[in-house]
Amino acid sequence: MPRSLPGRSRGSRIGRLLSTRRRHPLAAIAVLVAVLFTAGGAYAALAPTTSQNVQAASSTQIEEGRQLFAIGCSSCHGLNGEGQINDNGDVLGPSLIGVGAASVDFQVGTGRMPLAAPAAQAERKPVSYTQDQIDAMAAFVANLAPGPAEPDEQYLDPSQGNVARGGELFRTNCSQCHNTTGQGGALTMGQFAPNLTGVEPKHIYEAMLTGPQAMPVFNDQTVTPEDKRDIIAFLDSVQNEPDPGGLAIGRAGPVAEGLWAWLVGIGLLIGMATWIVTRSSKA
Amino acid sequence: MSAIVNGAGKVVDFVDQRITASNWLKRNIRKVFPDHWSFLLGEIALFSFILILLSGVFLTLWFKPSMAHIVYEGAYLPMRGVGMSEAYATTLDLSFEVRGGLLMRQVHHWGALIFLAAMSAHMLRVFFTGAFRKPREINWLIGVVLLVLGVAAGFTGYSLPDDLLSGTGLRIIEGGMLAIPIVGTYMSSFLFGGEYPGDDIIARLYPMHILLIPGLILALVTAHLMILWYQKHTHWGGPGKTNTNVAGAPFFPIYVAKAGGFQFIVMGVIVLLAATIQINPVWLWGPYDPSVVSAGTQPDWYVGFLDGALRVMPPWEFYVFGHPVTMSVLIPAILLPGIILTPLALYPWLEQKATGDTREHHLLDRPRNVPVRTGIGVAFIVFYILLWIAGGNDFFATILEIPVNWITWFIRIGIFVLPPLAFWMTKRICLGLQRRDRDKVMHGRETGIVMVSPDGEFSELHAPLSQAAAYQLTWHERQLPSDPGPATDANGIPNPNYRSKRAQARLSRFYFGDVVQKPTREELEAAHHDGHDDTHRELPSGQH
Repeated sequence: MPRSLPGRSRGSRIGRLLSTRRRHPLAAIAVLVAVLFTAGGAYAALAPTTSQNVQAASSTQIEEGRQLFAIGCSSCHGLNGEGQINDNGDVLGPSLIGVGAASVDFQVGTGRMPLAAPAAQAERKPVSYTQDQIDAMAAFVANLAPGPAEPDEQYLDPSQGNVARGGELFRTNCSQCHNTTGQGGALTMGQFAPNLTGVEPKHIYEAMLTGPQAMPVFNDQTVTPEDKRDIIAFLDSVQNEPDPGGLAIGRAGPVAEGLWAWLVGIGLLIGMATWIVTRSSKA
Repeated sequence: MSAIVNGAGKVVDFVDQRITASNWLKRNIRKVFPDHWSFLLGEIALFSFILILLSGVFLTLWFKPSMAHIVYEGAYLPMRGVGMSEAYATTLDLSFEVRGGLLMRQVHHWGALIFLAAMSAHMLRVFFTGAFRKPREINWLIGVVLLVLGVAAGFTGYSLPDDLLSGTGLRIIEGGMLAIPIVGTYMSSFLFGGEYPGDDIIARLYPMHILLIPGLILALVTAHLMILWYQKHTHWGGPGKTNTNVAGAPFFPIYVAKAGGFQFIVMGVIVLLAATIQINPVWLWGPYDPSVVSAGTQPDWYVGFLDGALRVMPPWEFYVFGHPVTMSVLIPAILLPGIILTPLALYPWLEQKATGDTREHHLLDRPRNVPVRTGIGVAFIVFYILLWIAGGNDFFATILEIPVNWITWFIRIGIFVLPPLAFWMTKRICLGLQRRDRDKVMHGRETGIVMVSPDGEFSELHAPLSQAAAYQLTWHERQLPSDPGPATDANGIPNPNYRSKRAQARLSRFYFGDVVQKPTREELEAAHHDGHDDTHRELPSGQH
């Protein structure tokens, strides 16, 4: 095409310039600088932007968080979140460097932390802090090193998500442990995947983002924020869905059904059989 | 009214004079059936089967056994736009768009669970009461085949909707097949029409589920009932109830009314369950996707023991000429059913071997009077329940809040330890009950009234049993272990059959060696006349 001709001639002129200068003593340095700028720029553009909330957190909030952390968390996690290992090599508390605000909000916001006692798994229990205190501790931990931030409100609204797609994503990625309707299930050695009924969208998002305890991490690159919103929408839909067939008996499938068939079904019928037999007509 | 009756009478008379059916009819219509709640367990199975047939016909009108891939656009919003098979989509349509479809699906499924449970309970009843003994061995065999067919019907039905549970179940069946050496891969390839899951399996299971298996069940149920009719029902002994008669109510009108009424009760209970308790909500499981296995995936209860065996089996695999032999699947999925079914089917003959008894038995055994058989039965129940628990190990782990690994190890050890323990305990309990029966016959019932004699001796007052009550405890036969006889006869010639007789006697001693025999006439008379020698008193000493 004739239009492209001037561009090509200009391009060839630059090419000629580059090829004549490529043995210049500073050429290698120039290339290095250019590559570093490209890589750095690309990283800045593409990497998870976690440090913004840290910037937003005021230094007084971080200081409040530091104090709360020192009282409530440091006995296991260390004063600066560096973690502690006792003399036997047991991990008292893992290092929190780089776990991010999302992790703190999930662990403390669902009551799992502070831990009541060491066990196979930290369990959900009543929350010990206010949301402001949790945010302060989250700011302190996020300030230690960059990590996943708390999710954006727009990705937490179930009404924005696609339930059918969320269902497919949930069955593919989550149902292995949490069951198709989020009822949870057993894992090895006393660990378990908890029931997801009634869990706040924010905590579901944060769990996927940070992979607490036995759970794998589903970061925003693998399962995008939109995907996470779809999963949240599916869980919201499934737990608010009525059971058109009657009593749900735990939505647990064949084990509960078999129990009912034997205890209630056959039990009732044997009772009826006994009754029929006592209705004796002396014929 | 009387005109109608007269008219009907004339018609009947007309027919009877020409085909002379009244004799045959009179004989059969007045056939006597004994009454006991446990005799109705088979009826529960029969009536639930009828209900399954009826509801199943309804389901066939809408269900499409097709694995064609479609995108769902039906009434169930959370699935709209999801790719699935036509089989799963039509199951959703049946549940949400066909009027009464969900109720019919639930009737069909609850009916199936009750059908198999009733068959199992019926079989246990027949086992524990010895109703399988000669001449009823054929009906026992038919019953075993019916149970297997029932499981096959249930499993093929479970697989049809092509939901996540269906497909996972089929995947396990495929795994079991692949574990069979040499022919396994071919079998799987033939069944699935190539690589699993393929596009054929549902269309292939469908005719088996709606035609072949129910047809066989129907034919065998007919044979079962005809043989029952011909051989007459067994009954409990008692005054006027012997091995050569049947005491009870005539089929018409009493039994027809009772059985007819019970049919409505059985169907009513199943429909009540179906109308109030949700079963197999396939819309919550999602369409089948071979890459997905959900937590809490279980088969229906009647396949649960196999799943349990697979779950607790330790990993064990070796190679023969470079080909893997996966014992951890082969044993629980393929060999175990054979290990359970073969002795089950052959049990009447095994026991005949022990008793050496070839007479006909029409009187039932009270379970306590055959302690070893009862013990074997309870040991099997314990074995089966342990495998059930193994099949639901994840549920038990979460409900009991214990590690699932503990449950697995409990089952692995318990499966060998607990059935023998159950056998021993059951046998001891039976012997204890027998001993109590014997004491009651000999010394009467304990009244709880404690007497003090003028010498200061305490004794409990025993009230003698009535004649009928004593007979209830003693109508059964005395069963003595057989004696192999001498190894050589009087002239020192060895008995050629001695070895086999000795083996038979050992088996017989295992069965009847410990049985507490009912008192003999002499023992009974001695006990009644000689109450003073006994530590228990029959009568207050003042009255003697």
